Amino acid sequence: MMWAWRGTMGKFFAVVLVIIAVASAYPIVMHHYPLPEDISTHGHLIDEQLNETMIEAGVAFVGAQLVLAFFLWSFTGRKPGSPLKTFPGGAKGLVVFAFVIVGIEVLALGVMGQKAWASVYFTPASADAVQVQAQAEQFAFYFRYPGPDGKFGGIHPEKIDEGNQNYFGLDPENDVAARDDIVSGELVVPVNKEIHLMLHGKDVGHSFYVRELRLQQDFMPGLDLSLHFTATKVGKYEIVCTQLCGLGHYNMKGYLNVMSQADYDAWLKQQSQ
Amino acid sequence: MEIKRVVFVGAVMLAASTLALAGPDPRPAGGTISGKVSYEGTPAKMKPIDMSKEPSCAKMYTTPPIAESVVTGPGNVLADVVVYISAGAPDDAAPSTAAVFTQKGCRYIPHVLAFQVNQELKIVNEDQTSHNIHPLPKLNREWNKSQPPGTPPIIEKYDKAEFIPVKCNVHPWMHGNFAVMKNSHYAITGDNGTFTLPNLPPGKYTVTAWQESYGDQSQDVTISGGETKSITFTFKAKPY
Repeated sequence: MMWAWRGTMGKFFAVVLVIIAVASAYPIVMHHYPLPEDISTHGHLIDEQLNETMIEAGVAFVGAQLVLAFFLWSFTGRKPGSPLKTFPGGAKGLVVFAFVIVGIEVLALGVMGQKAWASVYFTPASADAVQVQAQAEQFAFYFRYPGPDGKFGGIHPEKIDEGNQNYFGLDPENDVAARDDIVSGELVVPVNKEIHLMLHGKDVGHSFYVRELRLQQDFMPGLDLSLHFTATKVGKYEIVCTQLCGLGHYNMKGYLNVMSQADYDAWLKQQSQ
Repeated sequence: MEIKRVVFVGAVMLAASTLALAGPDPRPAGGTISGKVSYEGTPAKMKPIDMSKEPSCAKMYTTPPIAESVVTGPGNVLADVVVYISAGAPDDAAPSTAAVFTQKGCRYIPHVLAFQVNQELKIVNEDQTSHNIHPLPKLNREWNKSQPPGTPPIIEKYDKAEFIPVKCNVHPWMHGNFAVMKNSHYAITGDNGTFTLPNLPPGKYTVTAWQESYGDQSQDVTISGGETKSITFTFKAKPY
């Protein structure tokens, strides 16, 4: 029966395509999926990059669907034997065109976004940043502060004794610098001060992720990696492990506790006792 | 006549000693070895446990609990020391009651659990979070088992005598010990550091005291009747 109304199915499909494209773009455009709170000085760069990518991809997506619907509507149900139009240059021309268009889009995003990446990874932490070492192990994060002497003690893997809370393998008996090191299950930092976080993986791959900080970095066993950030708002935020690390990965988390400078100094003093 | 008398007395003595050896020892098995375990020097300061990664357990404490690797009592005594007969007593069959090891507040209760070879070990989870208990034996079979909240107790047993450290794969600060004993003569010191090993038949015994950080020490004690022999163990404390 359908062949009698030539092109009906094609035109119906074109309409459905447009509806789907617009309906899926609508919640994004209307911000029904807001980003988490941004408490980081570099967070806005990441958010801008996310938004630019979303706009570019969104425009390309809706545009492609509309163009497809248009061609479908125009050319469906054409009489048998009528001439076909082809893309200039044929199949090869089409491939080159797609390559160039998509390539420009990806390159543009990369060029615009390189500042966001460089500000986190290519600039070193400033010399007066607060030094904290972060260790990821199965299945918890532990953080170490150098203590009043300002020096970190050495790490001795053979001295690691979890039952005695020696997670880092410190040797306070022989290593004087290790005696005042502060080990904490919470990452406590002062607000509005740059933090130099040194990542050290104890066993397998893990990842440090605080979404409000817009900061995520994998731990690689054997590498000591460097991150820096400045938190701008007091509060307690969740650190989650985002790299599958074993049967406890689902429960592997910690807390970032951003405090005022006064509270942070008091906390440090209390930990040193 | 003399030879006959000698032979007669000899025969009586032989018969008497044979009778004595033939039946169970008629002397009472009531000897006791008791005493105290102390330390000298300064033990390491036990640190409070940071449970911030597990809020369901952290909220059960008003002040954070202290690590239990070295537990001291008033008068420089050591608690949680396993004192047992390591030589001189025969092996005993396991009792029918189970030894219970509880996970509560993200800690192991008791910190040191002593039980016998082939005695039933019952592991209970009273927390609102999953635990994964992982004993670390060297002689026995190694296993680890997940235990979500509300699931039935884990039933296991060990067939070789050994001191086994126990950890939780999910919560790194959880630490305990199993002391698997060959016989029924063992005790764990309490806060007053004392122990009592009763019901010992006469004999020469080796008494060993074991503390998880300080290792073990042994002493030989001879019981000849129903007396109580008192001994002390002194461990050298380590400041770190």
